[in-house]
Amino acid sequence: MSMRTPLGRVRGLGSAKDGTEHFWMQRVTAVANIPLVLIGLWLIISLVGDDYQMVVTKLSSPGWTVFLVLFAFSVLYHMRLGLQVVIEDYIHTEWTKILLLLLNTFFVFFTGAMFVFAAFKLAFGG
Amino acid sequence: MSEASTGSKRPLSPHLTIYKPIPTMVMSIMHRITGVALYFGMFLLTWWFFSAAAGEDYFNWVNGIFGSIIGQLILFGFSWALVHHMLGGIKHLVQDSGRAMEKAFTTQMAKAHVVVSAGLTVLVWIVAYLAG
Ligand code: HEM
Repeated sequence: MSMRTPLGRVRGLGSAKDGTEHFWMQRVTAVANIPLVLIGLWLIISLVGDDYQMVVTKLSSPGWTVFLVLFAFSVLYHMRLGLQVVIEDYIHTEWTKILLLLLNTFFVFFTGAMFVFAAFKLAFGG
Repeated sequence: MSEASTGSKRPLSPHLTIYKPIPTMVMSIMHRITGVALYFGMFLLTWWFFSAAAGEDYFNWVNGIFGSIIGQLILFGFSWALVHHMLGGIKHLVQDSGRAMEKAFTTQMAKAHVVVSAGLTVLVWIVAYLAG
């Protein structure tokens, strides 16, 4: 009989050697995404038809700034994990796969930089 | 997975095309398609948000694109993908806990999934128009 705990046994498994981390974080971000996406959808709807000044005023309030940063982080984390699996499932040529996995990460960080910059500029820059 | 890298010509297991499409399978594929669509949709959303920070003229230009017929069609598609993917995601979470796996029930869920996601999306847009 093994003395190892179930957690100890799954750590470091899988071809990427990251155990159940990927699966688990996909779920954690999925749960977080539910309220974030619902509130986000509601926010966008409330801005439909508004002019520049109204949009900026709303998006620069402290509560919305915090929300927007959380939204960006959870959605981007989730979609990076998600697209990674799609790439690994369909791309079997090693160098193309690595290239696309790199692009996936770059794309997500680039989008995140744009998003967080916008959130902070609206909040602090007026 | 390592077929190409090992250079061997071993046969792959049968793929999508040889199976008859059934509701649960179609919904599984839809979860993936909507996930990938949302991936790029998130960039569009970020672009719009960024434009609000970039200044009035730029915002008006970008906002005008999203306000056009094509822009609104894209937004409609995005919102539908989001609702559909979210329902599918919740189903995943429930099934991760070992529940709702019975065959007849999953087929019913798959059929309801399309109706509910379309219905909710239309509802969201009606609310949006009434509020806007
Ligand atoms: C804009 C928001 C979202 C984006 C960009 C996104 C993107 C993605 C992508 C690209 C995948 C991979 C699809 C696949 O492997 O077939 C995925 C999977 C998944 N998504 Fe989302 N998603 C979003 C919101 C949500 C929400 C709100 C939920 C709610 C529960 C959710 C739950 C899931 C789950 C559970 C999976 C894993 C499915 C699996 O293991 O096959 N996602 N998502």
